[in-house]
Amino acid sequence: MQDAANLSQYRKQLREALNNEFQREALDKFAVAYRTSRANAFAGIDAPELISEIAAAKDAAVDHLMELYEEFKRHAEAAGTKVHLAATAHEANEIIASIAKENGVKTIVKSKSMTAEETHLNDHLEGQGLDVTETDLGEWIIQLRHEGPTHMVMPAIHLSRYQVADLFTEVTHKQQDVDIQKLVKVARRELRPKFCQADMGISGANFAIAATGSIGIITNEGNARLTTTLPRVHVAIAGIDKLVPTLHDALRIIKCLPKNATGQNLTSYVTWITGAAPCATGPDGKKVHHIVFLDNGRLAMARDPLFKQALRCIRCGACANVCPIYRLVGGHKYGHVYIGAIGLVATYFFHGRDKARNLVQNCLNCGACKAVCAAGIDLPTMIKEVHARIQDEEGHPLYSSAAGMVLKNRTLFHTMLKSARLLQKPVAGGGYLRHLPMFLFKDHDFRALPAIADEAFRDRWEKIRPRVAKADIKVALFSGCVQDFVYPEQMEAAVAVIASKPGVAMEYPMGQSCCGLPLMMMGEKKAGQELAAHNMNAIDATGFDYIVTLCASCASYLKHGYKRLFADDPAMAYKAAQFSQRVMDFSSFVHDVLGMGEESFSGPAKDVTYHAPCHLCRGLGVTEAPRQLLRDAGLNYLPAAEEDVCCGFGGTFSVKFPELSKELLHKKIANLKATGATAMATDCPGCIMQIRGGFEHDGTAFEVRHVAEYLAARLKRG
Amino acid sequence: MSTPPALVDRLKEKAGLVSAVVNTVASMDEALAYVADVCANKEVCQILASGCDAPLSDTAEALCGTKQQKIICAPDLPEEEVAKLAALCQEGGIAVITKGMRQRLGGIDIAVTMAAAGIAETGTVVVRSTDEEVRLATMVAETHIALLPESAIVADSYDFEPTLVSWMEQPSYTAFITGPSRTADIERVLALGVHGPLEMHILILEGK
Ligand code: SF4
Ligand code: SF4
Repeated sequence: MQDAANLSQYRKQLREALNNEFQREALDKFAVAYRTSRANAFAGIDAPELISEIAAAKDAAVDHLMELYEEFKRHAEAAGTKVHLAATAHEANEIIASIAKENGVKTIVKSKSMTAEETHLNDHLEGQGLDVTETDLGEWIIQLRHEGPTHMVMPAIHLSRYQVADLFTEVTHKQQDVDIQKLVKVARRELRPKFCQADMGISGANFAIAATGSIGIITNEGNARLTTTLPRVHVAIAGIDKLVPTLHDALRIIKCLPKNATGQNLTSYVTWITGAAPCATGPDGKKVHHIVFLDNGRLAMARDPLFKQALRCIRCGACANVCPIYRLVGGHKYGHVYIGAIGLVATYFFHGRDKARNLVQNCLNCGACKAVCAAGIDLPTMIKEVHARIQDEEGHPLYSSAAGMVLKNRTLFHTMLKSARLLQKPVAGGGYLRHLPMFLFKDHDFRALPAIADEAFRDRWEKIRPRVAKADIKVALFSGCVQDFVYPEQMEAAVAVIASKPGVAMEYPMGQSCCGLPLMMMGEKKAGQELAAHNMNAIDATGFDYIVTLCASCASYLKHGYKRLFADDPAMAYKAAQFSQRVMDFSSFVHDVLGMGEESFSGPAKDVTYHAPCHLCRGLGVTEAPRQLLRDAGLNYLPAAEEDVCCGFGGTFSVKFPELSKELLHKKIANLKATGATAMATDCPGCIMQIRGGFEHDGTAFEVRHVAEYLAARLKRG
Repeated sequence: MSTPPALVDRLKEKAGLVSAVVNTVASMDEALAYVADVCANKEVCQILASGCDAPLSDTAEALCGTKQQKIICAPDLPEEEVAKLAALCQEGGIAVITKGMRQRLGGIDIAVTMAAAGIAETGTVVVRSTDEEVRLATMVAETHIALLPESAIVADSYDFEPTLVSWMEQPSYTAFITGPSRTADIERVLALGVHGPLEMHILILEGK
């Protein structure tokens, strides 16, 4: 449970988590295994189609939660269930405690419920003198350890068999072997009497079906079946967002949930309960049956045009499974109660700003969560939006509003960059500099940083611009700050490649500035809007067929981010759409539009590996063009393991969380080296800065270049 | 209309993948003989309910003492089939019961139940469990054997939807069961039989 008081305390906790070797190894193994098992589980299934059906159905349900609630209540009460709606977590706990009291309950067994974790139900019930036992094996283990889950589906993934054996030795007062199969049997026997004795069972619900007033629960262990069967009272607690209109909606989600959660086709049990089912020990031979729906901010979220999307969540946990940060630090440090990307968003709504403030900054914006989400939620955008809202509510930190001020004023920003070049002179050795002046943070010595170039691309443009007599295609070049001021040679290479095709007229609109992504990363939404408007003025989109950029992050932000920035301003939104529609990354432009292939290049064979930038492979969905271009240019492309996992740059992320950035960079470098190549291509200057800096710091000779540079060097001169 | 063999094969394949044992039998008699046979050959549990050989706390151990002989519970089989099964089991000293599961929570050997449907896509059987005895037997037994009429096999869960909806219109409890009870909560290592059955068998009743 993440509850650091401030960012520096949070960073300290993150460093501790990084030192937890068992957890690191367990999560690494899981991350790698999950990729394969998820892919196998979805083999032969159109996963994107299924996910978009789920998203559409959930959206429709979220728009009518109160109607669904009324419908559910009518049917469930006709079948003998008492239905409650709790406005807050505390109210839900009180309702459940009073049900216990009314029924003379002393002991309670529970099956897993994230909603009960959200309300801290156990603490509340124990405070009233009730005896509560979690019966899901993982939940029981963490309950005995007095800690929270570290994964929504695998709550005890951070623990080793040794820790469990020690724990069970303590609980049974008998020495236990370190043997997982035996430990599971011990749990089976130890928990069985709890079921037999319990007066009340508390479960969660994965679905609440309005049409019949039924609930659906999915489990593997079967503990939910015992929990809902043996005790004479059953209370189910569920977020009100678990309401769906029909059984069909639930069946559709089930087709996806276990596959997305752990790569399992279906869980061992799916339990469907309607009303008060027979129960030998209940009054009149029937179960005392209650369902408590929890609002706790959900109904307000449902009315928020942006955040209602978060209510689509089906709690599969996949957004943690693929998150590079989760993999490094685990669930206790990557969530408050809810874990992973959805945890970063949900914490703000369910547990408040205090708990969310630090967490929400710890995101690379790498998009891995969004790409895998069972409900198609745009998690990275929501995380940034929460960040922006918190800053709007609490006031922006000085460095952040200062960055906003500087970046939205192009002249000021560029002047600062140029004077920084003069200041850095004495310390810049061999092109590498310890502190890029823009970044006023410390802890960067895990990678070397580049110097500001002597002459920015914008100042070279007039000298190098190709003159085209007859233009068939008009292209505006967008350089982004890094290629403009740090790596102008990459831009020059791109110009040479594009100019090798006749009839392509290039322009470099001088008014362009930073794309604005760093501001979005810092939660400076307003300054970001001004900057976007500035760029859309500087580059009159209607005068061009394409706006080409070599920076994957700029490309993906210009293409998708601008439209989102102006979602509530129809005129600007139209302009943003015109602009975005023309934006294309360099590799796609050269490969798909110019159609350049083998015939355009020549050069000696050479091994080269590739790093897939987050914002290219997921942000824009471009995977083939750059790899094919490398092959066409006569290079022997050697795929690296986890090629599409973030390098750890994440723009301003790497300055805020250098210790995490460093770990990700180390992994990336190890995977690149393992290919046996000594050269790497990629499509993003940010990734180049990070990875080149890592190799440089490491003292390894490894060539790291933009795809454009490889292509330019191999152009056939005709 | 007979069930397409491809559907039956798919169910067998998918159930096999989740450690269920699937067999086809030609008649109810054959099915009952199979049940009696599984129980007779199930040696370990005669002495020990699963986990009872482990070092347990005193409370948990107390529950282990409640089971004295091999027990089969057949809570929803037609009466005459129960009688036949009891006859088959008599010699081996196996008790066949149809109710009273709350007195047997320490564990029984086998639960044999009907399956209302089989879902080929996932290797699932649907067990109507509104009767509490069915629910408890299929949870507390170490082996669950589900008898599945071939004609009740459907391609996927959507095909079973109308039936389930009709059940849901009154108080009811339905289970989709896919393989034995499992967990991977310790180091992601698969372990079968954490709370429910350690083994799950599906007997497809041919031509039924
Ligand atoms: S964008 Fe990347 S770093 Fe951020 S939550 Fe999603 S997966 Fe994690
Ligand atoms: S946000 Fe998406 S991926 Fe994450 S738990 Fe929810 S449904 Fe699963």
